[in-house]
Amino acid sequence: MVTNDHNRVIPVSLSFSQELSDGLFLIGFKRNFPFKAGQVIGIALEENGPRRLYSICSGEEDDEVQILYKVVDEGYLTPQLSDLDSGDTIWITPPGGEFTGNPEPAVWIATGTGIAPFYAMLRSGQVNNKTLIHGNRYLEQYHFYDEFSELLGDRYIRCCSAESDAGVYSGRVSSFLEDQTDLDPDIMYYLCGSADMVVEVRDILISKGIPFGHIISEIYF
Amino acid sequence: MREQLFGKTLEELKALSIGLGLPSYTGRQLAEWLYKKEISSFEEMTNLSKKARALLKENFELGMQAPAGVQESIDGTKKYLFPALGTKFIETAYIPDGKRHTLCVSSQVGCKMGCLFCMTGKQGFQGNLSSGEILNQYRSIPEWKSITNLVYMGMGEPLDNLPEVLKSLGVLTAQWGYALSPRRITVSTIGITPAMPEFLNKCQAHLAVSLHTPFDEERRKLMPVQQVYPLKEILGEIKSWDFGRQRRVSFEYILFKDFNDSSAHVNELSRILHGIRCRINLIRFHPIPDTPLESPGEETIKFFKEKLMAKGIMTTVRASRGQDIWAACGLLSTKRLAEK
Repeated sequence: MVTNDHNRVIPVSLSFSQELSDGLFLIGFKRNFPFKAGQVIGIALEENGPRRLYSICSGEEDDEVQILYKVVDEGYLTPQLSDLDSGDTIWITPPGGEFTGNPEPAVWIATGTGIAPFYAMLRSGQVNNKTLIHGNRYLEQYHFYDEFSELLGDRYIRCCSAESDAGVYSGRVSSFLEDQTDLDPDIMYYLCGSADMVVEVRDILISKGIPFGHIISEIYF
Repeated sequence: MREQLFGKTLEELKALSIGLGLPSYTGRQLAEWLYKKEISSFEEMTNLSKKARALLKENFELGMQAPAGVQESIDGTKKYLFPALGTKFIETAYIPDGKRHTLCVSSQVGCKMGCLFCMTGKQGFQGNLSSGEILNQYRSIPEWKSITNLVYMGMGEPLDNLPEVLKSLGVLTAQWGYALSPRRITVSTIGITPAMPEFLNKCQAHLAVSLHTPFDEERRKLMPVQQVYPLKEILGEIKSWDFGRQRRVSFEYILFKDFNDSSAHVNELSRILHGIRCRINLIRFHPIPDTPLESPGEETIKFFKEKLMAKGIMTTVRASRGQDIWAACGLLSTKRLAEK
């Protein structure tokens, strides 16, 4: 019988829980372990309860570990998680995963809460030479706009599918990529989001000449 | 929509009987009717009282569903289409081969895993199948009594839907159920390591793991799951487990031309699998639309198999079956139907 890290949990006390916009929450707890930006942790409501994986959404040196999540109405964990307040206990696994940053030039592509690992990389000083393409349905959902735009400037591209605004591409990330004619085949492309988004975007990138070996994906499992 | 009885375990059938004010032994009678006999209505459950049948009919439906369609390959393979989750569809492959009749069942509609080489992955994820929907793929095809082997290798990742997969395995192998030997059943996984201990603890079915390359960097280009559950963790889990003499662990290895078919791959496979009593099942890649990957020639497959065998690794080559009807490994998809 083996017990790997994914099945070992420890309790932590929430230091805050904040609804950033409709159904989108950010929670935090004191950081007492090291991790690499881009890694995930498992979260459970009880010691032996079902666990779900979430990307850490804070920097390697930040005092708190933050998790960004969207409430899935029919889901098991997120509706209950959203009812918790500061001081309540959740159970977490040690950090794991290999979707981690590196200093090479790259394009980051995220939709929704898939922004979390890239925000962790930004907070950890790994933003140099990066371009971020971030898709959301509504304008109010770009919660880290100030930090990304300050560090990336016009290499931070927002795609909004349901609303429009100056400086924002009107449409989905996939449409934006379909419109591109000069994607660099020599750099890496990191994708994070739902399975639907990842497979669609990956196909588009391949059709535009990006070698599949230059596309690294992380999917919400 | 009423709850379905088909797919429930004996314990669940007993509990729901008690819940309806019926004796607990009604649960065992229900299991007999559902899994041992061939019925299509509650009225046929003649050893239950009229009151019991009426109560059951009022609160439940049987849950068996006939296939919505079938295609037959020139090689005899059949691909069945079943309705699922109300408005979706799944596919099931029936593969006769001499005395061996294998059924390849789906466990999800679509798949979350997004593997580069898989047609199911291209349709995204639409939902988990219930135990009844998994079992229905077995029970509702005309050939069900002739099936000798059952593999969970259709649409979806079984260990991402473990509770329902375990329930279905329970019904398949229990004496009150279909009483199939667990040695005739193989569950395939991409390597969801947190779910593996529970799977290995709670059933005796064989385990097949999708490997496809021994190198981490290559695997993460093919399979996004590698970011979260790396190969070394999967192998660590397997190495720590006593599979006994009867239970088998195998590794699925799809060969891609000029990608994972070199001597270096053979050597690394030999190294990382050292200490695991296992076999490797080589699968020729079946190209899917717009794929950057290519299928190797027969000579390459032969070369790879011989090299592995020379290293002392039991190696088999899976025959490509049903390719003309898109029923072969990696080709199942109901994306077009899901979009309707």
